Amino acid sequence: MINALPPAMILILGGLLVPLFRGRTRQALLLLLPVISFINLLQLPHGSFWIYPFLSDQIILARVDKLSLIFGYIFHLVAFLSALYALHVDDAVQNVAGTVYAGAAIGAVFAGDMFTLFVFWEMLTISATFLILARRTERALGAGFRYFMVHVAGGLCLLAGIIMHVSQTGSAAFDLIGLGTTASWLIFVGIGVNSAWPFLHPWLTDAYPEATITGTIFLSAFTTKTAIYALARAFPGTEELIFIGGAMAAFPIFYAVIENDLRRVLAYSLINQVGFMVVGIGIGTALSINGAVAHAFNDLLFKGLLFMTMGAVMYRTGKINATDLGGLYKSMPWTCGFCIVGAASISAFPLFSGFVSKSMVMEAAAHGDMRWLWFILLFASAGVFHHAGIKIPFFAFFSHDSGIRCKEAPPHMLLAMGISAILCILIGCFPQYLYSILPYATDYQPYSISHVLAQSQLLIFSALAFTLLLLAGIYPAEIRSVNVDADWIYRQGGRQIYRFCNWAFNGINVWADRIFVQQFTKLLARFFEEPGGNLQKYGYRLWVEGSGITENQEHVTQKIDSRSRSAAYPVGVGVLLAVVILALASLLLYLR
Amino acid sequence: MSKKPISIDEELGMFDKPENVKRLLRIFYACVVVSLAIDIFYHKHGIFTWESFFGFYSVYGFVACVILVIVAKYVLRPLVMRKEDYYND
Repeated sequence: MINALPPAMILILGGLLVPLFRGRTRQALLLLLPVISFINLLQLPHGSFWIYPFLSDQIILARVDKLSLIFGYIFHLVAFLSALYALHVDDAVQNVAGTVYAGAAIGAVFAGDMFTLFVFWEMLTISATFLILARRTERALGAGFRYFMVHVAGGLCLLAGIIMHVSQTGSAAFDLIGLGTTASWLIFVGIGVNSAWPFLHPWLTDAYPEATITGTIFLSAFTTKTAIYALARAFPGTEELIFIGGAMAAFPIFYAVIENDLRRVLAYSLINQVGFMVVGIGIGTALSINGAVAHAFNDLLFKGLLFMTMGAVMYRTGKINATDLGGLYKSMPWTCGFCIVGAASISAFPLFSGFVSKSMVMEAAAHGDMRWLWFILLFASAGVFHHAGIKIPFFAFFSHDSGIRCKEAPPHMLLAMGISAILCILIGCFPQYLYSILPYATDYQPYSISHVLAQSQLLIFSALAFTLLLLAGIYPAEIRSVNVDADWIYRQGGRQIYRFCNWAFNGINVWADRIFVQQFTKLLARFFEEPGGNLQKYGYRLWVEGSGITENQEHVTQKIDSRSRSAAYPVGVGVLLAVVILALASLLLYLR
Repeated sequence: MSKKPISIDEELGMFDKPENVKRLLRIFYACVVVSLAIDIFYHKHGIFTWESFFGFYSVYGFVACVILVIVAKYVLRPLVMRKEDYYND
């Protein structure tokens, strides 16, 4: 037996112990946990460990191979950087949720069977929801609720698929599944919810910008990348993923251009980057899977970095809308610099990390002669530079001077951003270290003159388009607004169903109340006040209409009234009613 | 006068001065021209034939971004933009 603990254990159990400590001890613990967990991970050789019998099958807590290890490494690194960035947060809910969330993601990528995967999958959902709710605003409450509902639905879909799959194949091992059976489709869609496929995506753009400043850093890292791992494990080479990924890479950039909330811009660009990974997994060659995994690795760093810089801006100014920001380069020069590094990395500038991974996916698409896909990805590459590469730093730090003068971000934030920025540059300059830990051996060379030149031209002319459009006043001015997305289906659609039910069922209710409770009983009550008189009056009125003799009408009516009131009828009311009922009964009998 | 007089230069950052912005733009335009000019002298190799056409990446990058902005502004925005309190009325 090896001398280590299951990979997720230290972060999850350690995270639960966090509330027992206060002040500096807690801070030290939060920083140390990812480090200890990482050292623990390094003790693990390749293979499957902690195998226990479960039902008719077995659960495997750790399956260590190249694919799970690279995700394990980067998750630990990001868990540490996020903890460092969030060092000032003295809120037990966030401290626990963040650490457990990272632990759950690590547990999921090392899970060797589907049951273990599912448990950690759900743990991700629960801990992430707390990171959103911890903002403690009404909007965050709503977004957290929706996040939870969507992920619970996705999780149930996954669970249904897992149970069907296990009962059909007799094995719970989490390996290549491939599309075909209903079970595999359910698992596919369940994973799809977490990887933010089109129409399943709005939980991401809805919730991430509403989470706490530091919560978003954690959130941006783990849920989608765990899903990417699961896709790479179970569905490599699935053609459907190429279409899905292509759509993911393309459509969010349109939204990102018109979005005002800069963290939401980043959330859209997160979907766009995950699109490249999904495409890579869909193509399914060694080069493309390597590209997808390498891009996930890099994206964790540069997307985390961009969210950190926007978080720092929000932390110091309390604002995040492009309409409220601008000119911050004077107040926050370091944050501005780190933001530009993140922007250059996500845009895949040569010598920055995005360049060495995105190009692998592009080249794999070209090798497969997928022309339309290649054009879409190239469009998405230009587009991502446009909205994430230029828009984010430009509107936050330059553009018009918003008049805000604030302090530079606190040291621990700067340190976390600085380490991320340095790593982005190091990976961009020395990609061979990243390539050596990829799932497949590769001798890929990103730095050919043609490639560097092509990418530079693409980006420079994208920048030219931005500049000219901005100078010409065509570039869409930022407007305070909400842009409806697919979440409209359940946010407004749900409300419309509610409204319809309210209208239909409560309408029937009101109608029934008016007819039966108010009018009919009133009518009955009025009739039975003077049943004899009323009956006689009605009969008299019929006779008048029939005979046409209208004289004395009022006099006769008054006489009937006064006779009825003084009870001067020879027959009592009771007898009259009995006669009426008998008449009705005999009529009914006759009709039968 | 107890208040310290505010120096204009101290308040204005590097990019608040129009001449600096102009200088920056001029450098940028020079980069644009140079990057395109390299295509005349260096023949790029690509997997697809059109990758080695003169200025393919430049034109594609420029056109892609213009289309992106035009579509986002004139098609998507009118379709999806709502008031800020759209969901909480």
